[in-house]
Amino acid sequence: MPKQLAQERAHNFREVALGYQVQHALAESRRCLQCKAPKCIEGCPVGIEIPRFIKKIVEEDFEGAIRIIKEKNNLPGICGRVCPQERQCEATCILGKRAEPVAIGALERFAADRELGAGIKIANRPEPTGIKVAVVGSGPSSLTAAGDLAKSGHDVTIFEALHIAGGVLTYGIPEFRLPKAVVAAEIDYVKRLGVSIETNVVIGKTISIDEIFEAGYRAIFIGTGAGSPNFMNIPGENLNNIYSSNEFLTRTNLMKAYRFPEYETPVKMGRVAAVIGAGNVSMDAARTALRLGAEEAHIVYRRSEAEMPARAEEVGNAKEEGVRFQLLTAPIGYVGDAKGRVESMECVKMELGEPDESGRRRPMPIEGSKYSMRVDTVIVAIGQRPNPLLASSTQGLETRKDGTIVTLDDSGRTTREGIWAGGDIVTGEATVIDAMGAGKRAAAAIHLHVLSTLNRS
Amino acid sequence: MRNICKEVMPLHEVIRKELLAPKIHLMEVEVAPRMAAKILPGQFIVLRLDERGERIPLTPVSVNEKKGSLTVIFQEAGLSTKRLGALKEGDTISDVVGPLGRPTDIKRYGVVIAVGGGIGTACIYPEAKALKGAGNRVIGILGARTAELLILGEEMRSVSDETYIATDDGTKGHKGLVTDVLKEIIEGGEKVDLIVAVGPAIMMKAVADATRKQNVKTIVSLNPIMVDATGMCGACRVMVGGETKFTCVDGPGFDAHLVDFDNLLSRLKMYSEEERRALELYERNVVADALR
Repeated sequence: MPKQLAQERAHNFREVALGYQVQHALAESRRCLQCKAPKCIEGCPVGIEIPRFIKKIVEEDFEGAIRIIKEKNNLPGICGRVCPQERQCEATCILGKRAEPVAIGALERFAADRELGAGIKIANRPEPTGIKVAVVGSGPSSLTAAGDLAKSGHDVTIFEALHIAGGVLTYGIPEFRLPKAVVAAEIDYVKRLGVSIETNVVIGKTISIDEIFEAGYRAIFIGTGAGSPNFMNIPGENLNNIYSSNEFLTRTNLMKAYRFPEYETPVKMGRVAAVIGAGNVSMDAARTALRLGAEEAHIVYRRSEAEMPARAEEVGNAKEEGVRFQLLTAPIGYVGDAKGRVESMECVKMELGEPDESGRRRPMPIEGSKYSMRVDTVIVAIGQRPNPLLASSTQGLETRKDGTIVTLDDSGRTTREGIWAGGDIVTGEATVIDAMGAGKRAAAAIHLHVLSTLNRS
Repeated sequence: MRNICKEVMPLHEVIRKELLAPKIHLMEVEVAPRMAAKILPGQFIVLRLDERGERIPLTPVSVNEKKGSLTVIFQEAGLSTKRLGALKEGDTISDVVGPLGRPTDIKRYGVVIAVGGGIGTACIYPEAKALKGAGNRVIGILGARTAELLILGEEMRSVSDETYIATDDGTKGHKGLVTDVLKEIIEGGEKVDLIVAVGPAIMMKAVADATRKQNVKTIVSLNPIMVDATGMCGACRVMVGGETKFTCVDGPGFDAHLVDFDNLLSRLKMYSEEERRALELYERNVVADALR
């Protein structure tokens, strides 16, 4: 897929991947073998009928293509950009055995962007059932569950704590990887399916789960994500200019600090930025640091390149833009200047030992390898835990030690009657499409549940 | 690509606005009654003026759940509070969310001293009122730089059994700090069961130091920089008893004797340069607009 040149894009917030032109899409779609028993569909967490939509692109029926995608996926512009297709549909594509698999993600994005450009059309709304269903949070799992429930005719309300909907799609993933206009357009589509969105409502604080039921909602889906940032709890971590990735990205994306002072929320970016961790969020943070003016952005990771959890594509993008990698390196503390600002990071070199419970080789510090690295800004991107706010304020909702909500079956049914949960709040930090798959399964189960309670009453 | 309009937000009208003292405003804002009904002493809200505004944490000084409104008191400091201060009755605010944080544990302790410094008095007043209501003997201590900047004197007197005032320049009450008065009371022999204190971080630090020796339980309500204020970002992290806590969800009230105030004071200054820049630009634009 064509991209902005690395030297240029490292200094602007415009989208990196430019998307297919019609001729690219046609050429790529013709590569699809239209397998009789397609493997790609098995790789898709929401079960999009991939060969069917690709065939529509071959036939230049782009509207037909997006219609097929939207039978299963309400957020194709988002998924086409951020799904790890190389581990899902494209991993199971038969062409991939000999050569490159069909670029399914790029084709999905193409079909979605065509429709966004022309203005999204809504099919006729179904007959309303009059049944109220509440959705807590407005990230990928919630938007999917809400969209599917609305398509079944239910009266769905999303409650979002922040001032804009979208969850991680809005506050977390940067503009240059997922333009907020795309997110806004797909949220608008979900609203036009009949979903109402109430922002600035913190469930567990502004209103409780019990009050939602008392207000006549017959079921609740909880998709509040994994929003509580982890820190390493090493000396000096609370010095100034050390951020969690959540804070750094929220300031930049949600509060638009990259347009400070026009937008009033600032973000600090010095000459040298260090990002701790090597997941997708870490790559987002390092690439954001460059765009905010850092001369050097370093990924500091305690394992080796092979173990990095980030998508290869994102690692590649980061490298092209000049992000440096300090692998087999772990910070053990920070030192500040007289004003309390971080000045240097103490590190040790690591070597890989025996595999640990995650199956990856355990990093072990090398004795005597301690050294110091000058830094101006540090971004701690070592993962998130669920925010305990909702579960701790709700009776009967069982959680695990790590704060994730216990589910009883594949649909995400929780230990409390009428409540389903899905996405990162159940699995811990995972991907957008996995969260969407969970939202989809929960919506199907909630649909059956509310119909059955209707018959009972 | 078509730029679809952002989330439609219900706006919050400014119902009442008064200048209490130079740069100190009282503002009553319309909110959903369901939200007003939930706010307890010690909790706070976040307010965002408009698309470009920061998320500003503020403690309501009072709420009216029937009418659906809450009242905040704030001082113009940076750009965001300056723009907030420029609002007039009938103007609107884009976002108000809450309640956030944990409420103060209101019960009968016995003798409680409530210390309010500067606009911190706006936070301490609802706590003092609730503590008085719970049957405590309440001693109020209010402080400000100068008499003109004292706020809520009458209100505090109405919920306190005794009220003391301290001003830096001696224009009213004791000449000196609130901690001078506080020390005099606790060293004077009266058995004090709880001290609640809200004010500038440096004042809360002084209160903690003043009550440490007698080991009087002291709760301070911390005021670090916040962004989302729902536990998501960690901007408001503070060291309490050697552990990192998020003020927005674990606080804002903490045991004063366990708080690392030096770290808090340092973190509060993190953006002073940016704040100055933003304010200068804003003021230049205001002047330019006026000349036009």
